[in-house]
Amino acid sequence: MADGGSAQPQEVRQTVELVARSAYGRLVALLSTRTRDVAAAEDALGEALLEALTNWPRDGVPDKPQAWLLTAARHRLLDQQRRGRVRERREAAVHALAVDVVPTEPDELPDERLRLLFVCAHPAIDPAMHAPLMLQVVLGFDAARFAPAFLLSADAMRQRLVRTKTKIREAGFSFELPGERDLPQRLQSVLEAVYAAYGLAWDGVHGADPAGRERVDEAVWLAQLLAQRLPTEPEVLGLLALLLFCESRRQARRDASGDYVPLSDQDPALWSAPLVQAAEAALATGARQGRLRGRFQLEAAIQSVHADRLRTGTTDWAAVLLFYEHLVALAPTLAARLGRAIAVSEVHGAAAGLLALEAIGPEVVGDHQPYFAARAHLLARLGRRGEAMATFDRAIALTEDAAVRRFLQRRRG
Amino acid sequence: MKYIMQILETAADFAAREAGEHTEYRAAWRTYYHALLDAGVYVDGAPLKAIATATTVRVRDGRQLVQDGPFAETKEQLGGVMILELPSLDAALYWAARCPAAATGAVEIRPIDLGLHESICNG
Repeated sequence: MADGGSAQPQEVRQTVELVARSAYGRLVALLSTRTRDVAAAEDALGEALLEALTNWPRDGVPDKPQAWLLTAARHRLLDQQRRGRVRERREAAVHALAVDVVPTEPDELPDERLRLLFVCAHPAIDPAMHAPLMLQVVLGFDAARFAPAFLLSADAMRQRLVRTKTKIREAGFSFELPGERDLPQRLQSVLEAVYAAYGLAWDGVHGADPAGRERVDEAVWLAQLLAQRLPTEPEVLGLLALLLFCESRRQARRDASGDYVPLSDQDPALWSAPLVQAAEAALATGARQGRLRGRFQLEAAIQSVHADRLRTGTTDWAAVLLFYEHLVALAPTLAARLGRAIAVSEVHGAAAGLLALEAIGPEVVGDHQPYFAARAHLLARLGRRGEAMATFDRAIALTEDAAVRRFLQRRRG
Repeated sequence: MKYIMQILETAADFAAREAGEHTEYRAAWRTYYHALLDAGVYVDGAPLKAIATATTVRVRDGRQLVQDGPFAETKEQLGGVMILELPSLDAALYWAARCPAAATGAVEIRPIDLGLHESICNG
């Protein structure tokens, strides 16, 4: 492409979007870990992307678009400095970017995203902002997309993010990886954000987000990166195993006509054997560090029981229930209690499962779609047709994914 | 970067520092102060006299309002300040956690705004 000739604006726009999508977090991390200023790095990168939209149609798309963007963003940072917006002592750091980041192939740019993830999980930042900050800055999600998940309006979320980034710049955060003493607490936030990103990305794949697929891969890649750097942290391995189990079922989750297939109806032959093996290996390595006790290890262990159906042809629901009991004891989140209730229904029958569901208060349930879907299924199994249909309707109304909606409509009858 | 550490002490902390020359609390402060000096991060600082010595002034509608006592009655009160020269907030957190008052009261850390200072003084 880098023939020096002109390129079609439409094509260039797509290329810019593609590079921005796949390299946003990487470039922000590279710029901000040197200047210790996330907001300025984002501004500079934004300007560099605009510049690309102007220059690339005229000059052609460069051979190394990420390196090109990095150079352009670095120039913008230097401009900002000349206008006095960046502290003087950081000038050297920006200049150093040119020296220690020699433009090479995209994958050879140093990956500083882990450092940035840990900055976002800094104890001097309001814990409620850890995940939103990571989602926006490192994973490139639009604040409007994830604000509802944190019960905030898009505007309120944006304001809080700006305030947080101002504190990062003004209070002089270190951009070094945390020491051993601070690591566990910060790691928990990082893992939760990566998991949230994975979930949000999947919603995007089935929704209207054109970048959904790449964001899913990005979240998995970050989990892999964490496992590489912290190969003995059981919860890191637990998260990696959990994501790999989910990824292994990618092909099985939709049938030939694009319809949704729930886990219990999936054909194990469609699961990716290499991914299941990789997930099992991560889980086993984590378990060797001590007994199973973290949230992600437990969730991965549950998925491992499900994966065993490939070998045994059945699901050991008693084992699933046991792991859910541990999970609920550890953190009685809505998702954990819901999973436990479903396991109860498999082990002790639909009536017992429904009781476990009803023990979750309506104030906790809110509009949680999986709750109503599970409840509808149990009511149907108990032959309570009228209630089941009304509950299916509620679940259908709360479902964003069209394939899942069709599935629920068929079950509703 | 320069950080100001506001040392917020409880009533018991205030009592402890007045209790005599060789109390545990004073000894802890002496050790802490020397550690700061040895690390080369200490710039300036001083303890403040008892809360009972505080007077608060406000001017409203051209009238000077003088009030006996601190600006707000809180469980912990400002007992002293220190200015430290440190590479990062993380280093400030490290030193704040080692401050004897942190175990019972609190230490509030804030960077000093040298840029604003310059522009006000030389503007």
